[in-house]
Amino acid sequence: MSSYQLDLFSSLGINILLALSVYCPMATGQLSIGNAGFMAIGAYVSAMLTVHVHLPLFPSLIIGGIAAAIIGVLFGFPALRLKGIFLAMATLCFGEIVRNFFMNFLQPLTGGAYGFRGIGDVPISISWIWGWVALSLVFFFFLSRSRLGLALMATHDDETVSELIGINIVFLKVAAFGVGAFIAGVAGGLYAHYYLYIEPEFFNVWESIFIALYVIMGGMLTYWGPVLGASIFTLLPEFLRFLQDWRGAFFGVVIIGLMIARPSGLVTREMLRIDFWIPYRKRRKP
Amino acid sequence: MFIQQLFNGIMLGSTYAMIAIAFTLLLGTLNMFNFAIGEVFMLGAIFGLTFVHMGLPLSVALPLAMICTGVACLVIERFSFKPLRNAPPLIPLVSTIGFSIFFQNVAVNIWGSERAQFPQWMEPINFHIGPVLISSTQLVILGFAVCLMVALDLFIQRTRLGRGMRAVAESLETATILGVDSRLIILMTFFGSGAIAGAGGILFGLSFSIVSPFMGMDPGIKGIASMIVGGMGNVRGAIVGGMFIGIIEVLSVAYIGSSARDFAVYGLVFLALLLRPQGILGVIQPEKERI
Repeated sequence: MSSYQLDLFSSLGINILLALSVYCPMATGQLSIGNAGFMAIGAYVSAMLTVHVHLPLFPSLIIGGIAAAIIGVLFGFPALRLKGIFLAMATLCFGEIVRNFFMNFLQPLTGGAYGFRGIGDVPISISWIWGWVALSLVFFFFLSRSRLGLALMATHDDETVSELIGINIVFLKVAAFGVGAFIAGVAGGLYAHYYLYIEPEFFNVWESIFIALYVIMGGMLTYWGPVLGASIFTLLPEFLRFLQDWRGAFFGVVIIGLMIARPSGLVTREMLRIDFWIPYRKRRKP
Repeated sequence: MFIQQLFNGIMLGSTYAMIAIAFTLLLGTLNMFNFAIGEVFMLGAIFGLTFVHMGLPLSVALPLAMICTGVACLVIERFSFKPLRNAPPLIPLVSTIGFSIFFQNVAVNIWGSERAQFPQWMEPINFHIGPVLISSTQLVILGFAVCLMVALDLFIQRTRLGRGMRAVAESLETATILGVDSRLIILMTFFGSGAIAGAGGILFGLSFSIVSPFMGMDPGIKGIASMIVGGMGNVRGAIVGGMFIGIIEVLSVAYIGSSARDFAVYGLVFLALLLRPQGILGVIQPEKERI
């Protein structure tokens, strides 16, 4: 593969991980537009560990992910009080607070607004990224087949009823935030060590919004939705190079059009059932 | 020093207040979160600057730009609100994010990404009131912003159409059954929201001399913050919230340092969301009264 393709596929892998990290709280009906904040925590913590403590890559990634997950759980508890747009706003504020933290504090360790230079004495290749993608997909595959997955789906569809039938929605929602934050943190760590340079501006509001867009566009009801959404929105701009300067504007139009055409995303739950694809079975329905 | 900073805070806060009103009008009346308001704000400044460059006086350019941004919001209504009436509230929000990206890129392509500024539009006279320095341009800008906000509040509280808006805010279906022309109210609300955001953009451009396609994002988010702090969906709350955020921002820069600015603002909003979701004005303004 050429280095251009290699870069494209590694950013695709990282974007899929990030999309899955937003999908996780979204599966319990919580929209987060602050996941770049968790990504930043993972990126900075793991980079500090490999650069200043000289830890190997794998434990650094895990510790970065756990740091993000702890913050995620701490955030998840107060966030239980908020729903819908209010929650989205709170996560947005959270992301900005994290970005400002890395902009202004820990400067001797991270370089602050000048960017974190000097990452780089660890061996990493694209297979690291895709290994994590595969691992997450296996996790979500088994999750979706388990009782826990059913409980998640029920919480997403109707919180009150799920609570009435005895599902512990407090645990589910907070855990979903934590797991999402962990995945985002690992993705951040991979990002930092693959591209060897990070700065707080990478993790701004737009990054968070784009991650959330992958999930909403792809479909937030199955774990294939975020994968498809991230793939399309990473690769589409490459195919639109002929539009030159109007690429961004066209991208906006695609979002608007897609919301009108498929408001619940490209992949829906029904599409994962085989009988969805068999035409005569559908006609038989009343 | 303190009073000077307070005045600067009010100047900045009046911009935030206008953006917060633009958000509030749509959220309070139609329960729609229009993320593209920040970009409509930016379009207002750019249209205003274009009209001034075409040789129009500011007194003509300003209302013209307000009409343009109002129409921009009507376009948003056509594609992000009307076809998505029955979708969950998240979907129109995402759709307006699409508009946000669209407007920003179109503005970059047409007007370029460099910063511009308004030519001098009046001879500034400086007033010294004790230790406080206030220029006449600031007074005119602030005066216009206050007039606009008071006029809007009177319109909502006193006129027939304003009563219609309040009725739609209570319940769209009931208002329609009772004979309110809800289609007209919806269009009017969108237009008004766009016009006031556009006016905010021009005034921001005049007082801080920055006009660029990227100027909308930060004030846009601060406007959302103001709306949250002021209690969602209520114009008076949005005004107080905007002033509050503006003053906090300026004071934290002056007394703690510029690094504290966004911490103070976002931390405050975060706490407001968790502790007082009804906003700081929840006591003064009964919760039931939206817009």
